[in-house]
Amino acid sequence: MELVVFVIAAAMILVGAVGVIVRTHPVHCALSLILTLFGIAVLFIEENAQFLAAVQVIVYAGAIVVLFLFVIMLLGVDGVEDLRVEPFKIQRPLAAIVSVAIVGLVIAAAVSARNAFVAAPVISPQVAGAADAGAHDANIRALARDLFSNHVFTFELTSALLVIAVVGTVLLSRKIKAAP
Amino acid sequence: MIASIEPTTTWYLILAALLFGIGSLGVMVRRNPLVLFMCVELMLNAVNLSFVAFAVKMGDIGGQTTVFFVLVVAAAEVVVGLGIIVSILRRRPGATTDDLDELRG
Repeated sequence: MELVVFVIAAAMILVGAVGVIVRTHPVHCALSLILTLFGIAVLFIEENAQFLAAVQVIVYAGAIVVLFLFVIMLLGVDGVEDLRVEPFKIQRPLAAIVSVAIVGLVIAAAVSARNAFVAAPVISPQVAGAADAGAHDANIRALARDLFSNHVFTFELTSALLVIAVVGTVLLSRKIKAAP
Repeated sequence: MIASIEPTTTWYLILAALLFGIGSLGVMVRRNPLVLFMCVELMLNAVNLSFVAFAVKMGDIGGQTTVFFVLVVAAAEVVVGLGIIVSILRRRPGATTDDLDELRG
């Protein structure tokens, strides 16, 4: 059963990802991106990361892709891009070689190390803590405990980052009035 | 028989590698700045997938916490990046990444 879910989700992810890079229309690219993000959310659920799956759907498939679509509509850049145009003659073969090399390296590393970390599945106290191991909300409890005990300072820095991002964006995209 | 095979961590890592490769190919080939950003999102998601796979494998929730922070940073990055793209495209409609070499030294 898990295998079936994995295969279907992997197919969603790969089809969506290929769609993002081969579709000529930016709106179609954004919709393919949604397919990929949903596939990843499915895999998150299969890996018992339910909270992250929910956040993935809300933040990525919800907020970020909608932001992309808004910008596409706002700017009217939904013209079709001609993919046959190739400004630098050797760019595409080189890009294909580089990305195949990246994929090959990572897959080789993953396959050669597949038995490396079998030995010790360390169950640290934070993981699904002993008290609520079987509870239906074990994942979110464990995540919250880790987040608010080991990473409190990082969490606070995140809020600063978000405020800076919002202020910066408002400043960037504000129309500058002509001086009188 | 087939149903008894369970996907292991290696499967997730291979899938993440493929997704990362497709994303990086898109970043290197596509010329629309918006599509470029979408390809960066693909690469970030590939890394998230492998983080969660390792979190399960190691039994350590820290991997999932990291994914949480990656999500937040990705959201901030998209907001700032789209702000820059909006202000560039407002001045030069239809600009591709080939046209955006104004900061070249």
